[in-house]
Amino acid sequence: MKPGEVIYRHSGTVRITHWVNALVLLVLLMSGLQIFNAHPALYLGSKSEFDDPVMAMDTVEDGENLRGVTTIFGYAIPTTGVFGLSGDAESGYDRRGVPWWATLPGHRDLAMGRRWHFFFAWLFLLNGLAYLLWSLASGHLRRDLAPSRHELSHIGASILEHARLKFPKGEDAKRYNVLQKLAYLAVALVLLPLMLLTGLAMSPGMDAAFPVLLDMFGGRQSARTIHFIAATGIVIFVVVHLVMVLITGVLNNLRSMITGRYVVEPMEGKS
Amino acid sequence: MSAERRLDRRGFLARGLAAASTTLLGGCEELSDQAWVKRILDSGETLTRITQEALLSPQALAREYGAADLSRAFRANGSTDPDDPIYVAHAKTGFADWKLSVGGLVEAPLELSLAELRALPSRTQITRHDCVEGWSCIGKWKGVKLSGLLERARLKPSARYIVFYCADTLGSTGTEADLYYESIGLADAFHAQTILAYEMNDQTLPVPHGAPLRLRVERQLGYKMAKYVMRVEAVDSLASIRGGRGGFWEDLGYEWYAGI
Repeated sequence: MKPGEVIYRHSGTVRITHWVNALVLLVLLMSGLQIFNAHPALYLGSKSEFDDPVMAMDTVEDGENLRGVTTIFGYAIPTTGVFGLSGDAESGYDRRGVPWWATLPGHRDLAMGRRWHFFFAWLFLLNGLAYLLWSLASGHLRRDLAPSRHELSHIGASILEHARLKFPKGEDAKRYNVLQKLAYLAVALVLLPLMLLTGLAMSPGMDAAFPVLLDMFGGRQSARTIHFIAATGIVIFVVVHLVMVLITGVLNNLRSMITGRYVVEPMEGKS
Repeated sequence: MSAERRLDRRGFLARGLAAASTTLLGGCEELSDQAWVKRILDSGETLTRITQEALLSPQALAREYGAADLSRAFRANGSTDPDDPIYVAHAKTGFADWKLSVGGLVEAPLELSLAELRALPSRTQITRHDCVEGWSCIGKWKGVKLSGLLERARLKPSARYIVFYCADTLGSTGTEADLYYESIGLADAFHAQTILAYEMNDQTLPVPHGAPLRLRVERQLGYKMAKYVMRVEAVDSLASIRGGRGGFWEDLGYEWYAGI
């Protein structure tokens, strides 16, 4: 392999807040699923009309048999073994929304799940604020993340390149490409703040202090549903992110997020 | 590669993954049980309470809804039919001879019948009930203002919390710890929407929802809103009451401040 140029890709602030965020989001996801399991159903509006959820994970008794059923907009999907009913015939079934291995703690403990969730929500807030304030003040947001008009008008080409698993090299690899920029901006400026706001909208205390929280999302139960959807969006982002890290050079990517140093492969046909 | 070997490899991978996730989760489980981890996690509750108290003015009201917003079926959670013999006897007579007692750190302890409570200043409100489990129901409540009761009983200056003792048992340990109780601070006790409700949706409060009296603390979660309230007591500290954390669920690890 041709030797590449070594650049300093990620600043200390980005590296630290990235890893703190990764840990915090994992704990928030798993403790959030513990809380979700206390009532694994979602609704729209202010209240829960129990016979009219937009999504529900139920255990259905079918004579002697138990089945896990997930209902989305009235459409029932059999999910025995995963949602609504965990486990298998061999090791035994367990009535719960999402399986134990996805929740924190692993056994049913709503009180402890809330402890983990709200403590890590504070870390999430402080870490996110530190990142956003630094990104604004240092110019990171404008310089590294905001896509230029030129980039946006050539987004089609970038999508094609990604679809062919061809990734930028040389000078172009020293910056985020336009799809990366948009994905990171969507997470940092839309999904993560949405998690915080919909989370706060579920708090009866915060709703009394800031009733606008309820109006923003169309009621507390809508806010809870949006909280769940946005969390799903973050999980999808992380999966794609990890796949991209793997196929674009896992060691190089990992090193750049740990030490900051990143090797840029030279353009083919150039020296 | 033979099918058998492929299966073996798959089995090995599956076992490996299961072992890895068990180790990771086992670590977190163990952490959850460590006293120092609990203390650190508890500090989040203190931070949340202090922050919300700072953001939440004593006058700020929980949202009130219209009659069209009432839940079709308001879920009754926790106890729904207390079996305490004294309670059952009162329920049979429609609580005609029943009295609420207000005592503790007060100048003038009170004993009030339902008729007397109904004659005191009341408030009617349509509010959202948020359960700690995640669901919400909307109901209409009418009840005596707790502030009015406490003003009549005249709190002593040392009073800091109001404790509510209930007729229902939720636990199964066979001890006093099974009895439901709750407590709130003075800011919530004197809040305009804090009432002891004797009516729900224009009917006499039904037994599943806490007859004869149920507390409404609209800026906190449902488990704070004790049902079957028999006795109200003003105290200076919660430490010496039962588990010492200020409520049935609190003694089992839930937050005392349930504004979130």
